[in-house]
Amino acid sequence: MNQPFAHFLTVLTFLPLAGAVSIAFIRPDAASRIRWVALLYSVAALVLAMLAFFSFDSSRAGFQFTEVVPWINSPAISYSVGMDGLSLLLVLLSAFLTPLSILASWKSIHSRPKEFYLFLMALEAGMIGVFVSLDLFLFFLFWEVMLIPMYFLIGVWGHERRVYAAVKFILYTMVGSALMLVGILYLFKVTGTFDLQIILSELPGLWPSLPGSAQTWLFLAFFLAFAIKVPMFPFHTWLPDAHVEAPTAGSVILAGVLLKMGTYGMLRFCLPLFPQAARDFAPIISVLAIIGILYGALVAMVQPDMKKLVAYSSVAHMGFVVLGIFAFNINGIEGAIYQMCSHGVSTGALFLLVGMLYDRRHTRLITEFGGLATSIPLFSTFFLIVTLSSLGLPVLNGFVGEFLIIVGAFHVKAAYGALAAVGVVLAAVYLLWMYQRVFFGEVTNSKNKDLPDIDAREKFILVVLVLVILWMGVYPNPLLRRIDTTTAQVIQRVSAGTAQMAGGTAVKIGGPAQ
Amino acid sequence: MNFVQPNDLVRVLPEIVLAGFAILVMVLDPFVSSGRKSTLGWLALVGVAAAAYSTSWTSLSPGTAFNGNVSADEFSMYFTLLFLFVAGLTLLGSVHYLERDGINHAEYYSLVLMATLGMCFMAASTELIMIFLGLEISSISTYILAGFKRSNAQSNEASLKYFLLGSFATAFFLYGIAFVYGISGSTNLTDLNVHLARSTGWASMTSVALLLMFVGLGFKVSAVPFQIWTPDVYQGAPAPVTAFLSVGPKAAAFAVVLRVFLVGFAGVSSLSFWLIWISALLTMSLGNLAALWQSNVKRFLAYSSIAHAGYVLVGIAAALAPGALNITRAEATSSVLFYLAAYALMNVGVFILIAHLAGPGERYTNVDDFVGFGFERPGAAACLAVFMFSLAGIPTMAGFFAKFYVFRAAIHSNLIGLTIIALLNSVVSVYYYLRLVVVMYMREGKSEASHVDMPASLGIAMAASLFGIFYLGLLPGSFLDLANLAANRLP
Repeated sequence: MNQPFAHFLTVLTFLPLAGAVSIAFIRPDAASRIRWVALLYSVAALVLAMLAFFSFDSSRAGFQFTEVVPWINSPAISYSVGMDGLSLLLVLLSAFLTPLSILASWKSIHSRPKEFYLFLMALEAGMIGVFVSLDLFLFFLFWEVMLIPMYFLIGVWGHERRVYAAVKFILYTMVGSALMLVGILYLFKVTGTFDLQIILSELPGLWPSLPGSAQTWLFLAFFLAFAIKVPMFPFHTWLPDAHVEAPTAGSVILAGVLLKMGTYGMLRFCLPLFPQAARDFAPIISVLAIIGILYGALVAMVQPDMKKLVAYSSVAHMGFVVLGIFAFNINGIEGAIYQMCSHGVSTGALFLLVGMLYDRRHTRLITEFGGLATSIPLFSTFFLIVTLSSLGLPVLNGFVGEFLIIVGAFHVKAAYGALAAVGVVLAAVYLLWMYQRVFFGEVTNSKNKDLPDIDAREKFILVVLVLVILWMGVYPNPLLRRIDTTTAQVIQRVSAGTAQMAGGTAVKIGGPAQ
Repeated sequence: MNFVQPNDLVRVLPEIVLAGFAILVMVLDPFVSSGRKSTLGWLALVGVAAAAYSTSWTSLSPGTAFNGNVSADEFSMYFTLLFLFVAGLTLLGSVHYLERDGINHAEYYSLVLMATLGMCFMAASTELIMIFLGLEISSISTYILAGFKRSNAQSNEASLKYFLLGSFATAFFLYGIAFVYGISGSTNLTDLNVHLARSTGWASMTSVALLLMFVGLGFKVSAVPFQIWTPDVYQGAPAPVTAFLSVGPKAAAFAVVLRVFLVGFAGVSSLSFWLIWISALLTMSLGNLAALWQSNVKRFLAYSSIAHAGYVLVGIAAALAPGALNITRAEATSSVLFYLAAYALMNVGVFILIAHLAGPGERYTNVDDFVGFGFERPGAAACLAVFMFSLAGIPTMAGFFAKFYVFRAAIHSNLIGLTIIALLNSVVSVYYYLRLVVVMYMREGKSEASHVDMPASLGIAMAASLFGIFYLGLLPGSFLDLANLAANRLP
């Protein structure tokens, strides 16, 4: 199927930016109008993303909805965008989480709503741009530009240590992207282009003429940028700060989408471009990923602050994703992509829930709560469902990805799979323990007695999220089939020349490919 | 030897126009009452515009003038227009400032024009004595400008420091010229090049000449270790003068560096390469690290301008890299030219904005004076934030492409180590550029910075520089073509 209309992806990418521009023209004190405009544009973007989802042809390999416009003639940089299954899912995720974040901020952002929603919309444009760029330069541009709105969101509307967190966030990311820029420029030097597809087709033939270590260094230059973004152990220290200090909407987007840019980059660039180096480093990276899983889980367990707990759980969950990617087999990579989406939804939902609790009590300390199940039962139910989805209960979304990843990891090395499975158990421990302390037992703190249960707006947000969680858990097929060709291509690139790499029979969840 | 040809005059027409207006401003001074000296500022601005317009005639008859002492080519034209742009912005930022601080004298405008004239000659000359004359004209004018706040001790200190160290440095430069004459029997750069290619001896003398000239030029571009004067002078001088100083003479000195090292000493490029390489490394690292600790806006911008000189030197090192192909060399040179233009847009803009925001007498130039400024004066704060982001090299703004082109050239010349260091440096710089943004938007409080509306002249200057920043940041292609044209003029 062709694209629904001309310049489809351009419209999708820049629609949120148009929203930001429209907001710029509204009076700063017309808060409600600003919110509605932001919501309208983000919902429109969601509709377009869904349109992309339904008109996406999952049987076709390569990029769809492509569009190429020459932009700068020297060096040749083009505005080149397109989508494959991986970008499709992540764009959909970004477009899905943004309106929810706007709804979640509806009543909690009182100061300077104009700038807040303006930055949020600009951020959405940047995120979509990152996922659809097919030109290395364009990718880098979106990747960098997107930092600015996030920086302001954390720094202006965050909590007590917001400035520290915002600056740490931006500096960490920039160290990585500085090295990536060197890599991009070096690739340009040897291939003469920034066009990803041309580089992909020419690079394998060029390796013999380059110094032997070139691939290793290039891989590291790109990988470090992505590893910081994911963040992988030991580059994760910016994450708890940024997550905890950010306003709810910021945390949702940060955990939901921004972290995925790291793993997206690995799948889009590191593996296909530098397969040999990727294979060489796979053991080290897998071990680091497993350390991340276990370490994240153990640290999460002892957090007194709910938001920090969720933040560390992200380190663990993203460790799964990296482990899956570097398993280099269908199960591992499909699981990783699926886990990227489901982590976006579950963790996004967790942050929203913690944010709702914070709106009511202005604290996130676990010890402040207890027995909430009796005072706000509806909220507690939703919280339970989301918690279960995050710890990977079957029938909910988290299970599918983690299961596939563990199967994939087992094919590489049984120990990887076993240790990752320990991570799943630990996730159950820290999440359920947190749930127990916050929601069960007697109401010990009198402040928790008369809390209002969720209102219509919050109910709407949560119902939507729970429906998606259920859908992704019960019927993952539509999503998985759309990433089949992408996964196959990545594996084919990585295993070029080494037949045994493709090993492992795919576990098909939800029936055969259509 | 020929006497003056009509074409010679056309080829230096912009300089003639500048000199004419500089003299005119001085002559008219007694006839303008002291409250209306700004009229002379506008007249000087007309002079800058007229000089810019006159380049269209010059461009019709390119070539050398005055027996090959001055060259009117794309390279010098590029710099002439750049200097005129800098002078124009400076004047726009000065008129109101001088009135406010009670130092509105005609000499200021005249000196800006004279300094610009000197810089134009520095870029256009192909002969060392002419370059030296240009250097002196611009230096002496800027020495006076730096001390233009006569009643202010800091300004006096700036002027004196700049003068003493500057004279010392130009003496080195002159000494270098003497050596060049001793080696080749000529002060013409092309002759020098021909001579160096022919003769094999004199290697040590050549190195001495090169080193001496580098000392002189290194001072002007504030390359480490000749940067000591920069922070004090930039902080002490009136802010619009700092705007001018931080870009004009620096860009002119870079033009001379390009001509001297790429044309004159082309034969001995490995020495000049290592000299520039080390200097680039030290300049950007020291500039950035020192900037981290500054609490005064003018002072940290001074260190930032040292750092930027370091990035430009990376580009020059790429042009001089041994074994670089001609095409790589031209690419590197054009990246340097592009960088200087982008740098001019950002630095002049930010300093004249600071001049306004610092309030009467420039009382509020500490970073902490801007606490909470972001939401008090959204327009001015947004301008300042854009300058900071652009200086930090965030994409969609000029500073990004400037760095991008320089680093691309460096990678093409296989300077991978230097590029990585440069990029890490630019990450460090993000920290201190963002500090101003942090203070403006993320700290609660009431700012001390001026809440007076921007005067129209400053508004025009802001609009021009912001437009330029985003134009070069989004559509740099056509401007890079210009820089390429200019760069190809250097053999």
